[in-house]
Amino acid sequence: MSLELKLKLAHGNFELDIDQIFASQGVTAIYGPSGSGKTSVLRAIAGLDKSASGLIKFNNRIWQDGSKFIATHRRALAYVFQEPSLFEHLSVRANIEYGFKRVPLKQRVINSDDVIQALGISSLLDRDTQTLSGGEKQRVAIARALCSSPDLLLMDEPLSALDKRSKAEILPMLVALRDKLSIPIIYVSHSLNEVARLADHLVLMQQGRIIASGDIQSMLTQLDLSLAQGADAESLIDAVVAAHDEQFELTYLDSSLGRFSVLRRPLAIGEKVRLLIAARDVSITRQQQQDTSILNIFPATIEQIESVGAAQVTVRLNANNLPVLARLTKKSATLMNLAVGDSVYLQAKSVAIL
Amino acid sequence: MFSEADIAALMLTLKLAGISTLVLILFGTPLAWWLAKSAWRFKFLIEALVALPLVLPPTVLGFYLLVAFSPQSSIGHLFESVVGQPLAFSFTGLVVGSVIYSLPFVIQPLQNAFIAVGRRPLEVAATLRASPSDRFFSVVVPLARPGFLSAAVLGFAHTLGEFGVVLMIGGNIPGETQVASIAIYEHVESMQLASAHWLSAALLLISFCLLVLVYAANPKARVLRL
Amino acid sequence: MGRITTYTTIYLLACLSAQLLCSTVFAAQVKVAVASNFASTAEVIVATYAELSDDKIVLLVGSTGKHTAQIQYGLPVDVFLAADSAMPSLLEDKGLVIDGSRQTYALGRLALWSKDPLLVDANGEVLKKSRFKRLAIANPKTAPYGHAAIQVLSNLGIQPSMVYGESVAQAFQFANSGGAEIALLALSQVIDLQRGSYWLVPSKLHSPIEQQLVILNDVQAARDFVHFLLSEQALSIMELHGYTRPATTSYTRPALNDNTAPAQIESTIK
Repeated sequence: MSLELKLKLAHGNFELDIDQIFASQGVTAIYGPSGSGKTSVLRAIAGLDKSASGLIKFNNRIWQDGSKFIATHRRALAYVFQEPSLFEHLSVRANIEYGFKRVPLKQRVINSDDVIQALGISSLLDRDTQTLSGGEKQRVAIARALCSSPDLLLMDEPLSALDKRSKAEILPMLVALRDKLSIPIIYVSHSLNEVARLADHLVLMQQGRIIASGDIQSMLTQLDLSLAQGADAESLIDAVVAAHDEQFELTYLDSSLGRFSVLRRPLAIGEKVRLLIAARDVSITRQQQQDTSILNIFPATIEQIESVGAAQVTVRLNANNLPVLARLTKKSATLMNLAVGDSVYLQAKSVAIL
Repeated sequence: MFSEADIAALMLTLKLAGISTLVLILFGTPLAWWLAKSAWRFKFLIEALVALPLVLPPTVLGFYLLVAFSPQSSIGHLFESVVGQPLAFSFTGLVVGSVIYSLPFVIQPLQNAFIAVGRRPLEVAATLRASPSDRFFSVVVPLARPGFLSAAVLGFAHTLGEFGVVLMIGGNIPGETQVASIAIYEHVESMQLASAHWLSAALLLISFCLLVLVYAANPKARVLRL
Repeated sequence: MGRITTYTTIYLLACLSAQLLCSTVFAAQVKVAVASNFASTAEVIVATYAELSDDKIVLLVGSTGKHTAQIQYGLPVDVFLAADSAMPSLLEDKGLVIDGSRQTYALGRLALWSKDPLLVDANGEVLKKSRFKRLAIANPKTAPYGHAAIQVLSNLGIQPSMVYGESVAQAFQFANSGGAEIALLALSQVIDLQRGSYWLVPSKLHSPIEQQLVILNDVQAARDFVHFLLSEQALSIMELHGYTRPATTSYTRPALNDNTAPAQIESTIK
């Protein structure tokens, strides 16, 4: 797929002005503070906001330009809203079938049973929508959207209205569906945690404009962006479960950096995982340390050093072409005489598995 | 108890109310839908026009209709040349008058029900490939069902109680335009008070039952808890 | 030649079918607009007429003023029995009635009535003595009996406090409910009442209340009914109900067998 957007929109004081070609596969997250125009972009793509002017081209088909406007129901997309918005007059099953029934037989590429299974809602099908919990409702809404076999799935902060437990329940389901169904998804969120787990690409928005976009790893570690400047700056590494260590109760994860050792998790060998390493948990040594308790040590090259406030610096490392951030004190950086181009070792004190 | 003419008047009243309600729902639905979703700047003019029968003395409406329906007027003349019978003092004329007279009682509940549906269910349906008419019938109509019921019953009940307009344009023709309210008036005028009592009681009972239906169908009790 | 034969055949067939329809299945219908005050009397007359004729008489009851207005806007009636003479004259002036059909069918009489059986005396002295708070009469502007009531009061030289009903029926309700102690009503309203007390107001105290009729649609059945209405039988029914018969009836029944026959056929075929 390809999605080309040139959009202009004005609502009162708010102005949207974007010109962007979206990635053709995987999950593209639109991330930014509230009021930055994320939802406006999504609604314009769906054709729900007719006041947006400009060009929307999907898979070489013009959905909208100066002279043409394809109505929402003729765009092969599905939309998951922030609130579940189930049809109250229909049962759960009828909700899910609503879109499915309206798609011509030949275009029904998604097996609704698979979707229902993956979202764990088989037992809810005959229930009345009013009796469902918030998390259950949103799972039904996601199933309803997917069962219309969309060529593009738009999700507008689908988890933000849910409690923590429901979020923790649904997020892995979304990850699984993403890997299984290979439908391109545009996912609007202001939660970095969701973005880090789900997204392959990241579009950063501020005040109605796209200020940066790219693949998720590089976006998270780009020092000139706000993402890398905050106290919770982090790096993302894709890995595969390689082995479990029975003796020490560890799990080994292979990435392009090398092998990570983490406390044993109930993961299957070969399963894809994402590792998140907070910049403040990464330290730098000149020599490879032998007498250290830290297990995860990898060689790297210093690419960039930026000050963060008065006392700290963020160092962007290149570890086998993967960007990793380290947050150090200015004093350490000066004492160690760190400079761009130096070969060093990075030590990751803790690693989160998503 | 009831004379033959009284029963005929009651049946005619029910027939008039039934047909008027049907016409009102058929024509009122698109109008109420347009009023609910239109952002037209001068929409309030149409809304005021629709609400006019609420405040206008029925005799005013009746008088204008009387003038408009007469064979001398262009509307009355046109109708007569197309249909072959005059609009004034005919059952068809009563239906037209009742539809206009009861219009706000149908439009307002429908419009409110449509607004209460909100845009979100419609947006969801659109993203699930439902065309505008599909959305209307598969989403708006079922969600606005209590509104339809209220509209139909209020339209029906209000037509039952119609007097002033029918008095002006009906002509009190037994079996054709003599509805119950007019028959009651006639009974009182000609001192047949017992007949007036019976017929009034019948209308009272029917109207009360209809309103019970409306309130029972909208059980969202708005109770002030103190 | 052939054309003439065709016409003749149609005419003969029409005559034949008209004859059949009239005499057997298809009795004519006559719509009669009747003033409210005369409605119950008219019902008795219609019931009597039903024994003599197959024609069906449909009564449209209403106020004379309203009927007059509606007739001008096309109210489909054949005969109009008004409560006064002014409205039929007005219709006649507008050319809406059959020439020469306007005439008085009954004279109304006024009665002073109270629901108190002892209040009204045999000479109407109660009016002069003012032993009542309020007198109910019909609106003198629109109702002929109200107009006559005002004449009575001025001839008697009294000015009691009054309430106006829209019609004599409403004036009766005021008196019957106690809102007014006495009322000047139509005799026809109280003559059959077994309650209260009344005084028949002498007719010399007011100009005659002429209830007039007009024929609006020249069909034989309408003429037949009017003829019956002015017959001795009908007039005696009216008298029983509190009306006085008009001095003379100028109306004569048109001969049935002359050139009115085609009109009858025409109306039947329609």
